[in-house]
Amino acid sequence: MSAFIKIEGLEHSYPLDGGERIAALRGIDLTIERGEWVAIVGANGSGKTTLARHMNGLLLPTAGRVWVDGLLTSEPRDLWAVRQRVGMVFQNPDNQIVASTVEEDVAFGPENAALPSDEIKRRVDDALATVGLTEHRTRPPQMLSGGQRQLLAIAGVLAARPACLIFDEPASMLDPAHRYQVMDTIRRLNDEGLTIVLITQAMEEATAVRRILVMREGRIVMDDSPARVFQQGDQLREWGLDLPVAVEIARGLRRRGWRLPPDLATVEQLARALC
Amino acid sequence: MLIRVENLSHTYIPGTPLARAALRDISLEIAPGERVGLAGRTGSGKSTLVQHIAGLLIPAAGRVLLDGIPAHARTARARAARLRIGLAFQHPEDQIFEQTVFREIAFGPRNLGLDKAEIAARVEWAINMVGLPSAMASRSPFTLSGGETRRVALASILAMRPQVLILDEPTAGLDPGGRRELIAHLRDWQCKTGSTLLMVSHSPDELACIVERVIVLDDGQLAADGRASDVLSNVALMSAAGLDVPQSVRLLCALRRSGWAVRTNLLLPEEALDEIIRARREAA
Repeated sequence: MSAFIKIEGLEHSYPLDGGERIAALRGIDLTIERGEWVAIVGANGSGKTTLARHMNGLLLPTAGRVWVDGLLTSEPRDLWAVRQRVGMVFQNPDNQIVASTVEEDVAFGPENAALPSDEIKRRVDDALATVGLTEHRTRPPQMLSGGQRQLLAIAGVLAARPACLIFDEPASMLDPAHRYQVMDTIRRLNDEGLTIVLITQAMEEATAVRRILVMREGRIVMDDSPARVFQQGDQLREWGLDLPVAVEIARGLRRRGWRLPPDLATVEQLARALC
Repeated sequence: MLIRVENLSHTYIPGTPLARAALRDISLEIAPGERVGLAGRTGSGKSTLVQHIAGLLIPAAGRVLLDGIPAHARTARARAARLRIGLAFQHPEDQIFEQTVFREIAFGPRNLGLDKAEIAARVEWAINMVGLPSAMASRSPFTLSGGETRRVALASILAMRPQVLILDEPTAGLDPGGRRELIAHLRDWQCKTGSTLLMVSHSPDELACIVERVIVLDDGQLAADGRASDVLSNVALMSAAGLDVPQSVRLLCALRRSGWAVRTNLLLPEEALDEIIRARREAA
């Protein structure tokens, strides 16, 4: 494995009106390996989104350095190459939908990369099929539901074929069917070798990964497997987070003296352990 | 306020190739003081239905009656009825524009032509209702956290003293702590005022915490309408409508399939925990 994203001593502060600055990131050291799938969790305002925006050069460090695939984000000559490698799917899809039909929107990236038209068509077809929007390809985006627009935003990013995708709470507005579709899509993309960073509030989603980063007040306060992170239940609650329901119930049972394996994270794992 | 929806249908951009039926022949009744959840996959018609109930859309067929008055009518009585309904769209904080939290929450009551003392009293009441400190009234809403801003937006609706509060995905984008608090404050508000609560949500776990009745829409049609514990625990029905059941129900169903004698219509983790312990004790 080799490092795909490497962050050293990263600090970021935003200016306030009175000339003061508010610190959003207070010293982040982090390495994400090529092909890894990492979840970042943390309360609102803990710095998750700010950190993610450093991973494709949308923000530049106040102090410290960020490398993507060996390229320094603060080097202006490399910024474009950084952004081609790392695609970002935001919380609100309306912020990244630009065209007047679904297929034109997905084609926007590849067209701007001046790709041949059959390649553009192939990428648009693939991306729409991946997110399940093929039947809507000629519709105007504003006629899609909120969940469908998020799938469209993902398709638009996929069509640029990045090496790493950052999802900023991509499923928070989606219904279960679409959420599973998005999570399955993410899993498949990760299986194909893409590096994935998933920002989420839904602890159930974080059970899908091998590594969870917990953020609080601009720092990474835990960096561990889901099972070990979930063992710190009281701490997580204090930080404005939650435990998955299965972990919660398992805790209740353990408190009453039941013996259960320590690494239960999902409903299915708990059910198996009880049977 | 009694809400009656009678054979309601709605079509977006009718008469064009893009025409789409969003609601088909919906009939239901919501009694004063009920806590109702509205669930359904994206595009199932939830937002269209709540906009009809708030009188924002004109039915293609059928009608919505608020205490017997057609919701969308252009009469003084219909306008008065609509004013008794508070509707929070998704991400209501996007509509915040005033310089201070006080002015933001006072905006609606001021437009009602209330006197200063009454406005101040309502702002104070609404701020407390959503669990924010009174001292926050003088701050700019744009300096608050996501959860706090959401609660300011909610307070500005509560200050209108609605008899019916309709919330479209009220906790979307909030962290789990913010969700817990918002739901607790909503429950408290509903309990103290006896108003009607109609909440659109994708999350069965969240609905289980607050509503007593659940309506499920699928493809613009009424797929279910019944007690929360019956509807939310009906795996076949929920999955056909593209929805999950609460995680507690998933666990209890999995245990039951393996021969445990547990009931599966318990929606909350505490209830599931007690049920598992009870079943084990009785088996022993």
